[in-house]
Amino acid sequence: MLPLLNWYDFDPLHDLYNWIGDNTADEVVYVLAAVIAATGILSFVGLGALVNVWLERRIIGRMQVRKGPNRVGPFGLLQPVADAIKLIQKEVLQPRAADRALFNLPPILVFIPAMLTFSVFAWAPDLVYADLNVGVLFLLAISSVTSLAIFVAGWSSNNKYALLGAMRVIAMAISYEIPLVLALLAPVIFAGTMSLAGIVDFQKEYDVWLAVLLPTSLFVYAISATAELNRTPADIAEAESEIVAGFHTEYSGMKFGLFYAVELINSLAVSGIIATLFFGGYSLFGAEDYIPPWIIFIGKIYFFYFGLIWLRGTWPRLRIDQLMAFAWKMLIPMALINIIVIATEVLLWRELEWDNWVLAPFAVINIALMFAMFGFFFRINTRNYYRLPRRVRLVHDISVPSLPAPGPAAGS
Amino acid sequence: MEDTAVIVAFYVLAILTLGSALMVATVRDLVHAVLFLVLSFVGVAGLYITLSADFVAVVQVLIYVGAISVLMLFAILLTPRSGRDNASVSYSAPIGALAGLIGATIIFVGLKTDWAKAEGGNNFETTAAEIGRALLDPYVIPFEVASVLLVVAMLGAILLVRPGGGGEPG
Repeated sequence: MLPLLNWYDFDPLHDLYNWIGDNTADEVVYVLAAVIAATGILSFVGLGALVNVWLERRIIGRMQVRKGPNRVGPFGLLQPVADAIKLIQKEVLQPRAADRALFNLPPILVFIPAMLTFSVFAWAPDLVYADLNVGVLFLLAISSVTSLAIFVAGWSSNNKYALLGAMRVIAMAISYEIPLVLALLAPVIFAGTMSLAGIVDFQKEYDVWLAVLLPTSLFVYAISATAELNRTPADIAEAESEIVAGFHTEYSGMKFGLFYAVELINSLAVSGIIATLFFGGYSLFGAEDYIPPWIIFIGKIYFFYFGLIWLRGTWPRLRIDQLMAFAWKMLIPMALINIIVIATEVLLWRELEWDNWVLAPFAVINIALMFAMFGFFFRINTRNYYRLPRRVRLVHDISVPSLPAPGPAAGS
Repeated sequence: MEDTAVIVAFYVLAILTLGSALMVATVRDLVHAVLFLVLSFVGVAGLYITLSADFVAVVQVLIYVGAISVLMLFAILLTPRSGRDNASVSYSAPIGALAGLIGATIIFVGLKTDWAKAEGGNNFETTAAEIGRALLDPYVIPFEVASVLLVVAMLGAILLVRPGGGGEPG
């Protein structure tokens, strides 16, 4: 058993733990610990989904100068519970032409990666459900299962709009997976480990947030993750003004509720990944000795979750070609250049054993590089826009006889 | 693999992999076939985990479940009339015979080979760092050649679909 370390480690069941540890086999302790930790994660995620519904609707309401839910319970706090009861009571419809076996699978399938993401987070020192050596890669691998499940949902509905939504999900998943992977490569190179706990330890050891050292990665990751989440600036998969509701058009009742809950849980998961990889996880420059680290971590998660809500409440939806062009012409080149620079820096610092003070100039260089790349790629990608004609021109190539002859200055 | 749990996991994963692979060959619906193939890939990833190859297992999920299956789904969706019912299976007898022959050969070779047993049982050490070192130290030339090959293939694909490119005459 671990000794009591901090003032907040008040532990009335300490004797019981010791007794269990001393008197039973290792396997029993292992299984018990796994069950308790899984229950903790499940309750955090389940409660989080309910709280997030309320938070999201209230905050977006506030941003759009309206009140949001405020009738059920104090401040409308019981609104998510009422919503859930309503959804459970609703009739579960299924289109006659739907693919029966596949139709019921996706609402369950999307939950698995959402839950697994939380299992590799470091909530506190020694409080990791599964400290995988390949943690970052594991996150990427399971997040790709979500887009497959969404595709199955759209395809099995046997509905044009659902299939369109599914195709858009797949196209976007292919495009945004690449910058996502490239962006997460940089923290892995810098920390020299793929374990999330290891990356947090690295940031604790050098008292630096990787967001300062790797601003380009943070930017690219945050945008790609928003796109993968299907949240509003990039929710073309369920664009209600274009394709009804996209992939979940045919889902009703609690099946729709599960899709909705998974979207919120995945937002929490992305906030957690940003907090862990770029903002020090549970550590806060020594404050983690006085505040329970898991409270710091949850606080950081909700800080970045608020950012996602802000994005959702204020940004218009992008067109699909804009999203694709942004991924391929801006994020991927930025991430590639970033990787080359980061790898050079790590080579100088780690292999040639330069002193630790070089991290400060590296941070300055990387931040300057990020703004330089912003400027360069914005200039490159908007070149055609600025070349648009400023006045009306007639097209000479199309021979329309009834048109009057254009003036000598018109067009070229 | 003296641990009972690992042996049980091996048999469960082997049945999952082979069963879904069988379903890929027999199921009528092409999209169902791709999804069973995904299940088979997941089973193979599980088998890698029982062999303590964590990096390869995660990469298996990332590449095959995440990317290759999506590629196949795209191919099916862009193929006309591939939608809901698979083509006839008139070739099933010769192909089944060929597959059976290959399978029998593999089983025969597997049984006849004098396998070297790995030492050290269940120590679960990370393999990612060693794989990276191997790729960039002794095997750097094959690694770079593969990268160049992929870049050339990608450029060729882009050139083919460009308007006025080599894809369409005129």
